[in-house]
Amino acid sequence: MTTETGKGAIEYPIAPTSPRAMRSGLARARGRAGLWFVMPWIVGFFLWYAIPMVASLWFSFTDFDLVSNDPTEFIWLDNWRRLFTDPAVRQSAWVTIKFGALALPIAVLFPMALAYLLVTKSLKARETFRALFFMPSIIPFVAAVLIFGGIMNGQIGWVNKMLSVVGIDGPSWFTDEFWVYPGLVFIGLWGVGNAMIIFIASMNSVPSSLYDAAKIDGASEWQMFRHVTFPVITPIIFYNLVIALIGIFNYFLVPFVLNNGSGDPNGSTLFYALYFFRQGFQFFDMGYAATLAWALFIVAVAITGLLFWSAKYWVHYEFEG
Amino acid sequence: MTAVLEREKPAQTRPTGRAPQGGKKRFSGWLMTGFTGLALFVFLLPLGYMAVTSLKSEQMITNLGSPILPKSPATFEYEGELLDIYTVPMPDGSERELALYQPRRELSQFIDPADPAAGIVEWEGNWRQLAPAYGLDPQWDNYSRAWDLMDFPLLLRNTLVIAGLGTIGAVGSSILVAYGLARFRIPFGRTIMVVLIATIILPKFTMLVPTYAIFVRIGWVGTWLPLIVPHFFANAFNVFLLRQYFLTIPKELDEAATIDGAGPFRTLWSVILPQMKPAIVAVSLFHFYFAWNDFFEPMIYLSTRPDLQPISVGLRTFNTLFDAQPQLIQSGAMLALIIPVVVFLLAQRVFLQGIDLSGVQK
Repeated sequence: MTTETGKGAIEYPIAPTSPRAMRSGLARARGRAGLWFVMPWIVGFFLWYAIPMVASLWFSFTDFDLVSNDPTEFIWLDNWRRLFTDPAVRQSAWVTIKFGALALPIAVLFPMALAYLLVTKSLKARETFRALFFMPSIIPFVAAVLIFGGIMNGQIGWVNKMLSVVGIDGPSWFTDEFWVYPGLVFIGLWGVGNAMIIFIASMNSVPSSLYDAAKIDGASEWQMFRHVTFPVITPIIFYNLVIALIGIFNYFLVPFVLNNGSGDPNGSTLFYALYFFRQGFQFFDMGYAATLAWALFIVAVAITGLLFWSAKYWVHYEFEG
Repeated sequence: MTAVLEREKPAQTRPTGRAPQGGKKRFSGWLMTGFTGLALFVFLLPLGYMAVTSLKSEQMITNLGSPILPKSPATFEYEGELLDIYTVPMPDGSERELALYQPRRELSQFIDPADPAAGIVEWEGNWRQLAPAYGLDPQWDNYSRAWDLMDFPLLLRNTLVIAGLGTIGAVGSSILVAYGLARFRIPFGRTIMVVLIATIILPKFTMLVPTYAIFVRIGWVGTWLPLIVPHFFANAFNVFLLRQYFLTIPKELDEAATIDGAGPFRTLWSVILPQMKPAIVAVSLFHFYFAWNDFFEPMIYLSTRPDLQPISVGLRTFNTLFDAQPQLIQSGAMLALIIPVVVFLLAQRVFLQGIDLSGVQK
């Protein structure tokens, strides 16, 4: 693939066309014909992204709701003022940050470690292992949450039974304000399949001559990973980091199914997305929900922007083959 | 399906991957495989928990002393009476599973269930110190109860309709868009590509309030339309994956078709699409899994219509109703995941290659 380098992650070559064809007017006509093929997405972009984005911002300045018969009023910055004084916003943001700090590194390191294990040449039945480690990722999330809710149940779950065999008194995972976060991370481990597969593809793209050369130089396993594998897979680390980050912003299903969206224990699973759902779709306070959503958008753009900016210091694109 | 396999063969036979360390290759190979197998076992253990729990009775779950597997204390019918079976240590050091016929504190009488005709077996000792023997007693009935209680056929129908129509829209529209981006010099092509990828990063909730309000206004809430129609406008993941695949198909094919007088649409339909089968299968599978999994939007758009809800929403409702009966919940989870898992195991090659493809260049 002919990726240009150095300008951040999103650099895609546009359809290669021969120079002769480019110059002709025929090519321009063909380009316009191509636009028709792209039209579904362009229309969809305005319908489902651009217009709702703008409308959402406008809603955030109103007291729009779907239940009362009062006409919607423009209330200027009231929603935004409320956002900054609402203790639940602060709490849910803090919950999301805490969980993110724990889950993000694991969301990248765990599939990376699995992939590293599964590309070892001496490993037998590699393809089978790859498929089976991936398999939980296609299990419906709701089912996965119910399964983990069972196996990590404080009284009857297998996890605590096994812990008690080695003399550890297991916590009551999902009803404990502290242990609920590691519990949620465990559930998340079942969703790393995609990340693992593209890590494997990336690690397999490292020419084995590089490993041979490193071995002749007497490099240790860690040195080979650090200086041969790691630089090649940095774009994949970056990509998975971005995807995991978006997952944290949208993190809703697991806490919702696990504790019926109550935010229990004691608000420790009241994630930001859950609070948004509560305001918008339980209290139907949609003006405020739009404000919450837009605030999330601003934060998400800022953080992903920061990540993209940082990419030029640690993501190596020159290795992409 | 075979096309992608052939296409990607060179990649698979390329000498890649890390070579094993040291000289004892075979030993390290088995060690690695054993370790990986153990890791896999732990990783999939929750599935074992689900399977085992789904076959238990309520007593087996609540009685803390009962075994891991769905077992009940074994009994044996003798002369019209149900006798409990115990594990009895014999004088010669062996153990026999015997049915307790006459419980006594010092000298109890047993019957051997394997050979009742042999008559009474006497055993010295207090029968109360004997451990009851358990026999496998799976409660298959849990599955039919979960099936009926959650109305599985209805949930399945709803899921398949939503997934099927959505897949048609998602695949069809994404093919058109990917073709346009891969094969034409479109005005603002580069901008379109960047914006397309940027939509992946947007938190989906930002667009939700106005979209929901509009769907309420036009009467789509309480129907399947909000879950199907938006997929007819292509999405970034599919377009990106298909575009990558288009780029691997030689342009000479298009040019030959053009020289033969085929227009762009005809070229796509009769020259390129036949080559795209694996990618199309992969994208279809992705949408199938997406729809099977999708929870938030079906929940808000179909909250008033349980008869239209797909499986993920139905399973969650089932959980809120039968929370206190883990065996039913786990049976329900099994019902919800068995079809996706079987489909995956059958189609895993195409599926995983599709993900490989989407990961190129990232």
